[in-house]
Formats: sequence, structure tokens, C-alpha cells
Amino acid sequence: MWTLLLQGAFKPPVTDPAPVADAALSELANRLDRAAKQRLGRSLSIRQVDAGSCNGCELEINALNNAFYDLERFGLRFVASPRHADVLLVTGPVTANMREALERAWRAIPDPKWVVAVGNCAHDGGLFAGSYACIGGVSQVVPVDLTISGCPPNPTQLLQGLLALFEQP
Amino acid sequence: MNALAQLLQGGEPVAAHGPWPRITVVPSLWHELADGLAENRWSLLGLWGDGDTVHMALLEEPRSFIAVASLACPDGVFPSIGRRHRPAVRLERALCDLTGLAPDGAPDARPWLDHGRWSSAPPGRIDRPERLRAAASPYPFLPVEGHGLHQIPVGPIHAGIIEPGHFRFTACGETVVRLEERLGYAHKGTEALMRGRSLGDAVRLAGRVSGDSTVAYALAFARAAEAALGMVPPPRAVWLRALMAELERVANHIGDIGAICNDASFSLMHTHCGILRERTLRAAEACFGHRLMMDCILPGGIAMDPAQRGLEEIETLVAEVEQALPRLISIYEGTTSLQDRTVGAGIVTPEFARSFASGGYVGRASGRAFDARRALPYPPYDRLQFTVPTRTEGDVNARVWVRIEEIQQSLGLIRQILAQTPNGAIDGAVPDTTPGGCEGMAVVEAFRGDVLAWLALDNRARVRRCHVRDASWFQWPLLEAAIEGNIVADFPLCNKSFNCSYSGQDL
Repeated sequence: MWTLLLQGAFKPPVTDPAPVADAALSELANRLDRAAKQRLGRSLSIRQVDAGSCNGCELEINALNNAFYDLERFGLRFVASPRHADVLLVTGPVTANMREALERAWRAIPDPKWVVAVGNCAHDGGLFAGSYACIGGVSQVVPVDLTISGCPPNPTQLLQGLLALFEQP
Repeated sequence: MNALAQLLQGGEPVAAHGPWPRITVVPSLWHELADGLAENRWSLLGLWGDGDTVHMALLEEPRSFIAVASLACPDGVFPSIGRRHRPAVRLERALCDLTGLAPDGAPDARPWLDHGRWSSAPPGRIDRPERLRAAASPYPFLPVEGHGLHQIPVGPIHAGIIEPGHFRFTACGETVVRLEERLGYAHKGTEALMRGRSLGDAVRLAGRVSGDSTVAYALAFARAAEAALGMVPPPRAVWLRALMAELERVANHIGDIGAICNDASFSLMHTHCGILRERTLRAAEACFGHRLMMDCILPGGIAMDPAQRGLEEIETLVAEVEQALPRLISIYEGTTSLQDRTVGAGIVTPEFARSFASGGYVGRASGRAFDARRALPYPPYDRLQFTVPTRTEGDVNARVWVRIEEIQQSLGLIRQILAQTPNGAIDGAVPDTTPGGCEGMAVVEAFRGDVLAWLALDNRARVRRCHVRDASWFQWPLLEAAIEGNIVADFPLCNKSFNCSYSGQDL
């Protein structure tokens, strides 16, 4: 173990440089209340909810925590409780069986709060739109501020979207 | 001839079902098949409904004889298999939710996937008022009585970035007395959405049954379609499919090993495994254009031919993982605080693994050496050298070790595939008419275990009915058994060592 730790001291970090915030995704920024943003500074806590995804989006969201993307360097971090969160990050076409859980998680987040829909399913149901078991799109259930499309969006696209949260209006 | 084949001679074989036989049986034979399952003479591969017929896929080892038994149920009722053979219970509950066909004498009549919230009934379901009432009322968890017991409800939303499911723990102090799982939260109606779709559309849905196994599912679907149509994809496509499947296995196993150690609060392994996993995904993207290799496998072949540069990246990746792995293994082995958590935790007995026919690392860590790549060697695995790592302890540690050794095997397989992949076409022509319809089935080894796909096509080569069965169906129930007697705090560790798919079993 010591060799590995020692190597860590001499090898350059693997972390990628920060991507530029996606201009097309800064729609949210315009909706963010400036005062609320100043209060929060550059620190946002995210509660992720899987509303019936295929787990592809979760794999890429998890990858944000690896050494290459290192999400926390941007002041963004995942929290366990919605009570501690500013942002609700939702994946999946919102299955009928998950609807109530999603609504309750949203209600549990204190104001001000923002909802980010991740993936094509969360956007409009994706391939699962029209199913008897899916509501089809997060915006059908809770108000969505930002959508990051992709199937699944890769970690760079996720970072670009999340960084748009900080863009000044 | 083996016993199962002999017994099935009492039934009527169905034409146009490949590559294994499908036999129409009468209730008395159905009962005998159930007896054979209960006595472990053969194993259950799948159980699903199709209109007013119930199909049951069976596997007899060691000669890997596979057959599908079909029972017509004109009254909407069939003799329960779960009554004799517990591993069938959840399959029957799901089958009843989706088709309305009811298992007569089933030990558990509670709905499974139907939480009473769907906007309409699944297409073609037989209405059962008592079933609808049951789905709409609060879910009756199994009663637990005893002095000093308390319950801990967890989920469907969990503390991390994980899929949804509910766990009901009954604990005595710190010790888990019973865990009851309640799943179905991710049910998307995937099989119903596949109906009437072209093969090209339906394979995209198959690739999203469980995103972490997208390659395995697309491969299983494509192989089932090819078996039904009686076509063989070009050799280059066959070899590159295996390359994708092994890359997917390596990426998932590395990620799992890191995540298991992380659940034992050993984040150093998690960090280093995370780097290796990311490198694997980047190599996959360089080669196949998608990090998870989604939509890369199609019936008849593959979607794109990788550039030479992409294949070179894979070679570099293999060398890098081969170099990094021994160091990570020595940390895993040499850290006593980590070993203290994983050794002896969450034991699955070989008896359970055998009777549930659990595949993947869950089965192989408990002495069941089944691997679809070896037992039902589909090409190109019939021409590749590899071993099937097996352990008998059945604890978290054994499941970690099976993963480690499988990564080593997969790296060897990738090297062989890179050396032997022939040149040529990557896709074959898929017929768009199939007079009279046809049916096919495939079993493919995903990183988690064997995935089954069964497909019936109509005369325009569109999907009439598709059923996909995840390895998790025969692993989730064993998690309930494995956690018994462990402390509540060890649940995340045990759960991660199983890493069952929620979406894959919820469909």
C-alpha cells in the first residue's frame, strides 16, 4: 500500500481540466434568483433520485466522483438527505411506482431549490414514453429547471450542465 | 439421453423454435417438471407468460440440456411451480401481475411488480378483481413476532446514488433477524413496449433493461433473434461482440470491487478502482463510440466497425490493468481491517446457490460453477481459452475474489480476441418477413450472471412477445438469506457484494 501512496505524491493528478459550462444549458442560470445564489455561493448540495432509470445514468453520475472529474472541486457534492440538498437530480422516466417517492423527496428539500432532470428518459420519458407504467418526464411531476440530455449523458456533459448552475444571469 | 429430455418426450414439440426445443406439455407433466425442480434434478432458467400460455425454461446439468416447457391455461390458471420450488415464487408473482395468469396453490399471492399505481393494465392482461384490490391496498409485509424486535424500513430512495427498492429489516439489537425485499419500483413496462416493434427498435429497449449490462442484453436479444431467424452474423461481428462483453465485464467488476471496499470504509481501493474503471470506459468509447457501448450490438451484427486506433487503445488498457491489478490485490489481501469486514460476512450456502441456480459471482462464490460462456459455449467462446473461477465459502470475500479472478480471465480473453478477430463484414441482412412467425431463445453471460432472452416474431419479423430474465431474479432472494444473523451495518457491504440489478428484475 505504501508504494501506491508514495507514487501518489510524485505522479501528476489524473484530474481533467474543468470543462466550459454549456451555454445552451444556462437556461437555469437565468431563472436563478441572484440573491439566493449569493447566499449559496459556489456550493451546492445535490440529492440524486433514481425515478426508474435503467441505471445507466447512475453509472455516469457516480463517475463524477472519480479522480478524473472530481466533482467536489467545484463545490458540488452529493448528500444523503433531501433536507440537506439544494438540488434534486432526477433520472428515469418516472415510473408510476416511483412517483410518490419523488414528490416526497422534492417536498423534503428546503427552498430555494432546483431540479435537474438527467437523461433522455427524465426529459420526456425517452424510449419508455407511452408506457402504462411510466409518467414520462420529470416535469410531469415536479418543476424542472434544467435538463441534461443524453442516453446516458457522459460525465463531461453532466459537469457542463451542473456548472451552468453557477453562471451569472 | 438425460432425464429431462426423456420426460419431455411425453409432450408435443413446437416447430420453429431455436436453438433449443420448446415442448407443449399437459398439467400432469408440468407437475413432474416441478417435482424435478424441487429435487434439484434440473434448474429453473425462467418462467413467463405469453397470452394464455405459461412458458418455463429448464436447464439440466452437467450436460447443459435446455428446453422450454409450455402449458396452455385456458382458464387463466396454472399449477404453481413456486409451491414445490421456492425460486419460482417471485417469477410467478410478476407473471401474474403482467398477464393475469394465476399460479394455483402459490405460497405467496401478493402482487410483486404491480403497486396499484399503473395508469392502465399491461396490454392483454386478464382482469382479476381480487388481484387489483390487493395491489391497491397497503403491501402486507411478512409478520415478525418476538421479544425485543424492531423494524427498520429503508427505501425506495436510498442514501447513495443507487436504484430504487425497499428493504424491511427486522432486527434484534444490531442483528438482522429478517430482511424482506420489496421491489418493482423501477418497473417500466419494457416487455409491453417491445410488442409490435421492429428488431432494430426492440434491441434498443433490450439494451436498457439494465444499463450496466447493456452489451449483454443487446447480445442476448440479438442472439435470440438470430436463433429465431436461423441466421448467423458475420465472424468479425461475433468476435467484436465478445470484445464488448468482456470490456463491460472488466469495467463492472473493477467498479464493484472498489465500491465493496468503499462500503467497508476503505476508500483508497475505491479511488484506484475508479481510475481503472474510467480508463476502461474511455477505451470502450474510443473503440465503439459509446462509454457503455449502448446500441452497439444489433440483430445480425454490430453497429460500427472500430477504428484501428480504438483497438490499440484497448491493448494499452489491458496492459495497464494487468500492471495495476496485482498492486490492488495485495492491498486488498494485506489490509486486515478490510479483511475483517469481508471474510465471513453475508454467507450464501452452496445449497441455496444450487437450488436457486444462481449465476454469476453469487453462484460461483458458493460452489456453483455455471458460466454460460462455458456451459453453453456460444461463439467465439468455444474457441477461446479461459477458466471459470469458483469458490465455496460464499461470503463477501469470496464474491470479491471471484470478481478479481474473472477480471484476470477477461483480460486474457480480450488479448485472444484482439489477436484472432477476423476481417470482413460486420452486419448481415436480417429478413423482414418470416412466414408463420418464429421463436428463438438465447442465454448470455452478463457480468452479473446469465441473462435469458426469449423472442417470438410475427410474420413481418416484428416482436410479438419478448421476455428477458435478469440474473438478479435468482440472486435477490439469496440476499435475504445471506444477511440473516449479520449486523445491520454490514448490509450495504453484503448488498454491494451482490450488486443485483433493480431495473433488470423490475423490467
